[in-house]
Amino acid sequence: MDDTVALLEGVRLIYHEPRRETLAVEGLDMSVKRGELVSVVGPSGCGKTSVLSLISGLYRPSAGKVTVLGVSPEEARDSIGYMLQTDRLLDWRTIEKNVLLGLEVKGRLNAQTRQYANELLEKYGLGQFKEHYPRQLSGGMRQRAALVRTLAFSPELLLLDEPFSALDYQTRLILEDEVRSIIKRGGYTAVLVTHDISEAIAMGDRVLVFSNRPARIKREFSVDITGSALERRAAADFRRLFDEIWRELY
Amino acid sequence: MKTTVKTAPRSAERCSVEQCSVEHDRYLLRLRRRRRLVTLLRVLLLCALTGAWEAAGRTGLVDPFIISSPTRVLKTISNLWQSGELMPHIFTTLYETVIGFVIGTAVGTAIAAALWFCPSANAVLDPYLVVLNALPKIALGPILIVWVGAGPSAIIVMALLVSTVVTVMSVLAGFLETGQESARLMQTLGATRLQTFFKVVFPASIPTIMSALKISVGMSWVGVIVGEYLVSRRGLGYLIVYGGQVFKLDLVMASIVILCLLAAAMYYAVALLEKAIDKRFGRG
Repeated sequence: MDDTVALLEGVRLIYHEPRRETLAVEGLDMSVKRGELVSVVGPSGCGKTSVLSLISGLYRPSAGKVTVLGVSPEEARDSIGYMLQTDRLLDWRTIEKNVLLGLEVKGRLNAQTRQYANELLEKYGLGQFKEHYPRQLSGGMRQRAALVRTLAFSPELLLLDEPFSALDYQTRLILEDEVRSIIKRGGYTAVLVTHDISEAIAMGDRVLVFSNRPARIKREFSVDITGSALERRAAADFRRLFDEIWRELY
Repeated sequence: MKTTVKTAPRSAERCSVEQCSVEHDRYLLRLRRRRRLVTLLRVLLLCALTGAWEAAGRTGLVDPFIISSPTRVLKTISNLWQSGELMPHIFTTLYETVIGFVIGTAVGTAIAAALWFCPSANAVLDPYLVVLNALPKIALGPILIVWVGAGPSAIIVMALLVSTVVTVMSVLAGFLETGQESARLMQTLGATRLQTFFKVVFPASIPTIMSALKISVGMSWVGVIVGEYLVSRRGLGYLIVYGGQVFKLDLVMASIVILCLLAAAMYYAVALLEKAIDKRFGRG
C-alpha cells in the first residue's frame, strides 16, 4: 500500500430535491498522505462538509471515485473517525460511556479497548470526569470528550468538521493547539474543514482553498512553519499566508 | 459570602453551601413565601367554589335538585360506602383505565417504533393514522359491542382505541425529531438502524414519551367513561349515566367528584414516574 490515505478522483456530487438539484462538488481531485493534516477552507456553503461526507462514505459520489486506504470508504469505515461541529454527547450517558459508544456500535468493546479508551481519557485530562454527565462539563471539555470518542476506536483517518466553531475564542486556541499535537504525536492522518483562515494555517500542513459551489480546489498552500498551533500563529510567515489565502477567498 | 448567618432556611430549598449570605437567605425566604401564597390561594379558591355551590342551593337561588350540593355529594358518597357499592364501582373503573392505559401506551410506542424503522410504511399509513386520530372513537362503540361483547372488554378496547392513536402520533413525532439530530453521529460511527434506535433515538425520546403518557392517561379515562356509558352495569361512568336517567343529580355529582380525584391521582402518579426516570437517566 502506498502512503496515500484518502484519494478523490474527478468527484462530482449532486444533491437532489423534488424542486431542484444542487451541484455541490464538481471535478474534485484531492489526495491526503499518511501522517498529513490537511486544512480545507472555503466560502460558507461551498461544499466543504460534503467532501468530508464523501470521504467518510456517508454520501456516495454522483460520479468519480473516492478511495480510502486503498478500498471504498464503506469498507474502510472502521478506520475513519468523524468529528462533528457539535459534540453530540448523549445526555444520559456518562463521559466514559459516551466515549465507548463507537466501540460498542462496532462490536469491538472488550477489556483491552476499554482500557485504551480510559488511557485516552486520562491522557487528555478527562480521567477524573469519566463518571460525570456531559452537562456537568464545559464546552471545551465536552469537545475534548468528543475527540476521545473519535479516537477510542483507533481510526487512521480523522475527519474534523469545524470541530471548534461552537467554542469561545480562548478555548478554541487551546484546543487547536492540543488537537494538532494529538494528531501529530499519534501519527494520525487528518482532514480539517473550517471557515476560519487562521485556524486552517495554525493547524494544517497544507491548506486547500475551495472555490464557490460547486466545490473544487482553487489553490493549495503548504505551511512550512514549525511548532505548535499557538507558536505557528506567532510566526512571521503566518501573516503572509493569511493575506494570500484571504485574497484568494474574497 | 458571609459567615454570620445563623438561621438556615428550613424548607426544601436549603442552600447547598453550609453558610449562605443574608441576601441569599432573604431570597429563599421570598421564594418560600410565594409558594405558600400560591398554595393558600388554591385552597381558598376551592373553599370559595364549594361554599358558593352550597350557598346557591341553600338560599334557594338554584334548586339543589338540579345542581346538588357539596353536603348532598358527601352524603351520597357515604351512603354508597355504607352499602358497600362504592369500592366495586371505583375499582371497576380504575381497573379498566389502568389496563387500557398500560396496554395503549405499550402498543402505541411499539407501533411508533415500527413506523420509525420503516419510513415507507410510515408514508403509506400516514393518512390512515390521521383519519383514525380525527375519528371520534365513540362512533365505533356499537361495532365494539357486536365484536367483543357488551362487557368490560368492550370498555377496555374503547380506552385502548382512544389512547393508542394519540400515543402513536406523539411518540412517532418525538422519535423523528430527536432521531435526526443524533442519527448523523451514529452514521459517522457506522451504526445500524437498530443500534441507532436503541442507543440514541429511544433514550432521547423518553421525555417525549413521558409527556405522551400524560396525555394518554387522560385519553384512557375518556375511553373508559365513554365505554361505560355505552355498555356497563358497574363503574363510575355507569353511575353517572344511571344517575342522569333517574334524575339523581347527587349521584352524578358525587361520581364526577370521585372521578376528578382519581384522574388527578393517576396523572400525578405518571408525573412521579417521569421524575424518577429523569433521575435514572441523569437528567434530574
